Parts: sequence; structure tokens; C-alpha cells
Amino acid sequence: MPQRANQTVLDVVTWIQRHAEPALAYRFACRVGVCGSCAMTVNGRPRWTCRTHVSRVARERRLRIEPLRNLPRLKDLAVDMTPFFEKWQRAQGRFTPTRTRAEPMAAVRPDSAPRRAADAGIECINCGVCHAACDVVGWDPDYLGPAALNRAWTLVNDVRDGDRHGVLKAASAGGGCHSCHTHGSCVEHCPVGINPTAGIAGLKRQSLLDLVGGGLP
Amino acid sequence: MIRPARNHPGFWAFVAHRVSGVALVLFLPLHFLALGLALESDAALEGFLAATEHPAFVIGEWGLVTFLTIHLAAGTRVMLLELLPWRDTRKGLIAFGAVLAVAVGAVFLVRAG
Ligand code: SF4
Ligand code: SF4
Ligand code: FES
Repeated sequence: MPQRANQTVLDVVTWIQRHAEPALAYRFACRVGVCGSCAMTVNGRPRWTCRTHVSRVARERRLRIEPLRNLPRLKDLAVDMTPFFEKWQRAQGRFTPTRTRAEPMAAVRPDSAPRRAADAGIECINCGVCHAACDVVGWDPDYLGPAALNRAWTLVNDVRDGDRHGVLKAASAGGGCHSCHTHGSCVEHCPVGINPTAGIAGLKRQSLLDLVGGGLP
Repeated sequence: MIRPARNHPGFWAFVAHRVSGVALVLFLPLHFLALGLALESDAALEGFLAATEHPAFVIGEWGLVTFLTIHLAAGTRVMLLELLPWRDTRKGLIAFGAVLAVAVGAVFLVRAG
């Protein structure tokens, strides 16, 4: 296969599909690190392949490309993301509105502590890299995983959300934040620099505070 | 061989925490045995204590002290991370625990030697 400067792992997979193995199944859409659909295991580590340069990860000119771990394989490099998004829902990772579109927008100070905590985790692209990197997800099929819990933490800190207590409850129930072992494999691998471990620690702390009566307003 | 995705300080800290914990649990019966001997008779305890002079026992004790420090540091780290507002001290705490365990082990060896 031709080598090019700045060649990405996704370029390699695409070349193989176009020139060698037309039936190869894999996923991508944006090719610029926005959609989160191209994650695969590259030389043993989960990565976003469209933003991973071959020159950075090839070892002795070899690349081993596999599907993401911890999710059922559909075909070749494509995994079934359904369990990932189901966990997202189980963690109540969805916004509960309190206003209609006819009402004025809520005023939220960008420099307030909760907003800053929410902002730290809001840029998640749902790529599933952290989910694949996390050992607890592999050990415990019930565990919600870093991405869903990170999303829950952003909502617990979103003062506009109408059911923050519900989110906290969903995220700290069995298989929730308290199952995390603080390995930090999620932080090590998240391509956009999110720290799910920090958010999960926040959820643990918040659920403890809730228990002793010092919880969410 | 460790899986590449696991090869980072956070995972190693977890392994050290777990291994030291299991080792300490295995040591406990020995500890209770010594205490039991003390209850039984002075001679039995003396015999046991004489055996503890053996170099192999000193090495074992050094391991014990080091593992205890590792376990204590790793556990305190998790509690600090989870109970205090988040600061980016995750790897700093791991490094601190590792240095502390080596230092405590060294002090033990110097005093025992
Ligand atoms: S810190 Fe928690 S969520 Fe992140 S990889 Fe470790 S166990 Fe999984
Ligand atoms: S937290 Fe990071 S690694 Fe996990 S799904 Fe979101 S963007 Fe991907
Ligand atoms: S193809 Fe969209 S993130 Fe890689």
C-alpha cells in the first residue's frame, strides 16, 4: 500500500477496503474527529482512527487494527454500539427541560463552579474509546462505563436540568459510579481530553453528600 | 505481557493496591499464629521469636512493611480523590505513594541491618 505523509489509520483501512478487500466493514463519517464513529483498536489501544497518524503508532512498520473491545462485533471492524447507548440511557444521560421554547433562555454564569464542571465533560463525541479502554466495563457487564457516567455528571451540574436528582440516582445505582476502580484508563485514552474519572469521582462524592443530607439543592 | 491499553500509572497503582492487599491477607494468619503462641506459653513464643531472627524472615518483614505502606498510600489516594473536590493530583499521589513505600522499606532495612 502506498505510504503518504500524514497518513491516518483510517486512510489505511479505506485503502484496504477500496483496493484489496471490498467486503471489509468499518465505520466513519466526518474524518475530522467530530462524529466519533471511527474508533478501533490500533496496536492494542483504542483510538479515533481518523485523527491517528500511522507514523505515530506503527511499530516497526506494522499496524494491527481490530474492532473496539467491550462491544459486540458486528462484522470486521464494526461493533454494535447499542449496549453503549443503552447504558447512556440507563444513566439518564439525557436533558430534562424545564422551559418551553416560548420562554426566555435561562441565564447561566459561565464561570460558576457547576457550569465549569459541566463544561469540562461536555465535548464528548460518543466515540466509545473510553468504554473500550475501561477494564471494569470488561469485567462487569452491568457497569455503565465512563462515557455514560461522564454525561450524567455534566447533567448533575447543569442547573437547567429538571431532574438532576433522577440523574444522580440513576448514575449511582448498582453498576453505576461506585463500581469504578479509578484506574484512569478512560482518561489516558479519551481523544478529546475529557477526564471521566474526575466526573465519576464527583458523582461518588455527590451521592455520598446526598446520603448525609448535604446534596443537590 | 501487559495489554498496551493498561500500561499507565493508574492501572499499575490498581495492581499494586490489589496485590499488596491479597499479600497482607495471606500474612494475617501468621500474625495470629504468633499472637496465639504468646497466649499458649512463653517458650513457644520464644521459639517463634528466635525463628524471626533468620534473614529470610527479615526479608519477609521488609516485604510486609513495604506492602503495608503501598496499601495504605493507595487506599488513602483513592479516598482523597473521591472525597475532596477534584484536583489533578491523580498521578502525583501515585508517585508519592511509590516513593513513600520505597523510603519506608529502606528505613526498615537500615534499622534491621
Ligand atoms: S477510572 Fe473508572 S471508568 Fe475510567 S477506566 Fe477506570 S474503572 Fe473505568
Ligand atoms: S469521554 Fe472521550 S473517549 Fe469517552 S466517548 Fe466521550 S469522547 Fe470518546
Ligand atoms: S470519522 Fe468522525 S471522528 Fe473519526
